[in-house]
Amino acid sequence: MSDLLRLRDVHVTFPGGSKSTVVRAVDGVDLAVAAGEVLALVGESGCGKTTLIRSILGLEPIASGSVEFDGEPVTGSRRALRDLRRRVQMIFQDPSGALNPRQTIYEAVAEGIRIHGVPGREVDLVADALSRAGLRPAERYMSRYPHEVSGGQRQRVLIAGAMVLQPQLLLADEPVASLDASIRGEILALMRSLVDDTGISIVAVTHDLGLAWNIADRIAVMYLGRIVEIGGAEEVLADPQHPYTKALLSVVPEADRMEQQILVGETPDPAAIPGGCRFHPRCPVVASGEAERLGILDQCLGVDPALVDTAPDRAVACHLTVTRGG
Amino acid sequence: MSDVTSGPASEPVVDPAPGDHPPIAYSPRAAAWARRRASFAQLARSVRSDRIAFGGLVVLVLFIVMAVAAPLISSRSGLSAVDSVGNLAWARPSWEFPMGTDHLGRSVAAQFVWGARVSLFVGFAATVLTVGIGSFVGIVAGFFGGWTDSVMMRLTDWFLVIPFLPLAIVLATVLDRSLWNIVFVIGVTTWPATARLVRAQVLTVKQRLYVDRARALGASRTHIVGRHILPNVAPLILANVTLAVPISILTETTLAFLGLADPNQTSWGKTLEEAFGAGAISRNAWWYYLPAGLGIVAVVLAFTLFGRALEEILDPRLRKRSRGQR
Amino acid sequence: MSLLELRDLRVTYRSERGDVPAVRGVSLTIERGQTVGLAGESGCGKSTIAGAVLRLLPKGTLVEGSILFDGEDVYEMTPGRLRAVRWSGAAIVFQGALHSLNPVRRVGSQIEEAIMLHSADLGLDRSQARRRVGELLERVGLRVDRARSYPHQMSGGQRQRVLIALALACEPDLLIADEPTTALDVMVQAQVLALLADLQADRGLALLFITHDLSVLNSVCERLMVMYAGRVVEEGPSRELFADPRHPYGRALSQAFPTIGDRASRMHPTGLPGDPPDPAALPSGCAFHPRCDVAIDECSALDVALRDVNAGHRAACVHVEPPNKRVTNKSVTS
Repeated sequence: MSDLLRLRDVHVTFPGGSKSTVVRAVDGVDLAVAAGEVLALVGESGCGKTTLIRSILGLEPIASGSVEFDGEPVTGSRRALRDLRRRVQMIFQDPSGALNPRQTIYEAVAEGIRIHGVPGREVDLVADALSRAGLRPAERYMSRYPHEVSGGQRQRVLIAGAMVLQPQLLLADEPVASLDASIRGEILALMRSLVDDTGISIVAVTHDLGLAWNIADRIAVMYLGRIVEIGGAEEVLADPQHPYTKALLSVVPEADRMEQQILVGETPDPAAIPGGCRFHPRCPVVASGEAERLGILDQCLGVDPALVDTAPDRAVACHLTVTRGG
Repeated sequence: MSDVTSGPASEPVVDPAPGDHPPIAYSPRAAAWARRRASFAQLARSVRSDRIAFGGLVVLVLFIVMAVAAPLISSRSGLSAVDSVGNLAWARPSWEFPMGTDHLGRSVAAQFVWGARVSLFVGFAATVLTVGIGSFVGIVAGFFGGWTDSVMMRLTDWFLVIPFLPLAIVLATVLDRSLWNIVFVIGVTTWPATARLVRAQVLTVKQRLYVDRARALGASRTHIVGRHILPNVAPLILANVTLAVPISILTETTLAFLGLADPNQTSWGKTLEEAFGAGAISRNAWWYYLPAGLGIVAVVLAFTLFGRALEEILDPRLRKRSRGQR
Repeated sequence: MSLLELRDLRVTYRSERGDVPAVRGVSLTIERGQTVGLAGESGCGKSTIAGAVLRLLPKGTLVEGSILFDGEDVYEMTPGRLRAVRWSGAAIVFQGALHSLNPVRRVGSQIEEAIMLHSADLGLDRSQARRRVGELLERVGLRVDRARSYPHQMSGGQRQRVLIALALACEPDLLIADEPTTALDVMVQAQVLALLADLQADRGLALLFITHDLSVLNSVCERLMVMYAGRVVEEGPSRELFADPRHPYGRALSQAFPTIGDRASRMHPTGLPGDPPDPAALPSGCAFHPRCDVAIDECSALDVALRDVNAGHRAACVHVEPPNKRVTNKSVTS
């Protein structure tokens, strides 16, 4: 099956605080998403995951690298982006902020229809989208304003607004992070059902590994602008290979089975990416001396590991894994 | 975490399957108008309940009515020195002359009524100029950013430092003194303040997530400015208008007092100038200068109070919080 | 004598819309050195409780029942005594660290301010206070020179630590943490939780931990209480409650964040229909019944009080049979 979305060596940079610093938010990402699959893009703040999906839609300029959608390269031209934005849609972390408080729910959902001139009776399209997003009966919600409904309902409005365009790919930026815990499951279930009903693909950006367990087919772990591990969600979560992934899994509150590896220090700054393996300053393998014992310390400090396949659908960017033969 | 304002809890409704319902009778246009009517009614209620705002509004309306109905209330001949030759000069208020007469025997009441016309007219006209230019520059600079923003802001700064008084003097000398000169001077020297205010607001709104969403939906720049930026900047502009008018009136008063106004038009500032020049203060002819002075105070105060209340009503965040649930 | 005791606390906010009951009869006790977790979502009243303990609720709010801190009724205290208790008796670590710190003052001076306000009791002068600020920052894992930073120059995790340092400034006996890790990444959250556990062990600090993530509470607290619509619907030892919740809402909360590796939740996210109720318009009877999958007819009319499941574990659900009445042999994991 050919890929729906292909990113090749994408770099996104921002100017830094001072003249010479450059923030390398996305520092060389290769990614492929197939039709009908859910990919969870996992990492902490500053790892570039949000910047990456925004750059797919052209909301952030891509410094270098290419984006291919449905077999065709995406140029940066306004026409190309407009077309892309019909077939790729996005839902946001903050459902309250993402809805204009002065627009009714009807207008918020209809906005996409009006921009792209979707054929059909507007009222019916909006009602259908609202129903499919779980807001029933749709009429009851149409004339309401965002502040008159709950957070979970706002997220459903956003989903309706995105789905009304019948996109092939949905980019979800922390879709349930700001919602109540008991609502989380409902929204995730809705997202999963969208995939089953319409064959849409979803890239879900999150720092919540549980979300990946709940709905993702594949998972990609990002650190400081690079993907450090990627593979099937169950495989990666059951048997993580990259030290960062292991540490992340160990601190998830329910995971009593693993010994906690709390990493020292804050997630470092994408404006000052360490040399060699970018994870080496915080890597438990380096810190414990194991890297030295195995003779790979020099590599960890000096060579930036590439993403290497360790199994048919599994890749890791780590000198240790490569040394051990994956 | 999730927001506090949870709307009415949605009861699990037994609903028809999506696509199964009868055609919906919902007209977005009718709904929008209904909402506009409702919010206007609510605005009116808020103003009415705020005693100060309502008082200010009443005073304003009275003055405006008086100014508009000037030809009906008092004849123009009352202003003419030639026609007033037969009157007693410096007469105290009486039945015939409710505000007495001035040093030339002219009715002060006539000057008050007709002066209101000019003062208010200049106030409004100059404000239209100020707010018109200021809003345009502010929106363009704020929205487009980059070079456009820099150029427009430098232009704004240039106009900001022009002192209105020397400009008025120069214009009065070079061109003949006229009403339009005054309007022009006030407009040209006051718009920069509005421009900066509007630009700041545009920059804030531009950052909002719903603008990002509109871009992600594929909206053109026109669409974003029209549907998202303007509606959120409009309240600020409106509040700015209600506060710019009194400023313009005061400026006109100042210029007239200094003799830079049209000698053929009576305004409150002109009345004060003439009263001062004729020695009304030393003669204790309070009926000559008090009406104009109090008139200015009343109008400016009314505008300011009403404007402030309007600002509070339109921007919910400024409203006093009577309770908070967090 | 307990450190903190809430007896049938009821808090009602007054607003133009009418009275809003945020807390409807909550009783809890915290002994010295104990950790208690309070779980619930928006509108359940947990943050109101945090504010109530130190009398930080808006003017005009109706507070009924009693709050006893170290035996003294907080709402009967004189203003002077209240000021002394605030921060040096009990301190709060607020939610939303970005907004809780003054953005135009350096963080060191903000902590210093807290110390100086209690300088008489602590017996510290300004230079000693400064030194203490340095000690506090170190204790929470920040470099001492961070005192000169402004809040916006620090990351979310660092700001949260500053708030913890601020809360510890006057050596309180009770620390109330209101959603301290909600906005943080999982690794930073782990660091902050480890810090709290450390401080608690180190100083014998009592901790009231408020959050919506039940799994976090499980790892930090000895006892848990689950709140819904202003009431406690389940309480008990955290391990037991987490492993075998008896109230349908408690069950839903514990399932909200799945256990990775648990096949039941793989591709099967579970949640509750509907939304947390608006405190101004609560359903009749049991406030949870509209969203409950095991609700029966009685539930819309009857509001159940907390019933014993077994020693120390209670749940307010009609389906909970008191131990001595139970006739079936449902086994209870203990």
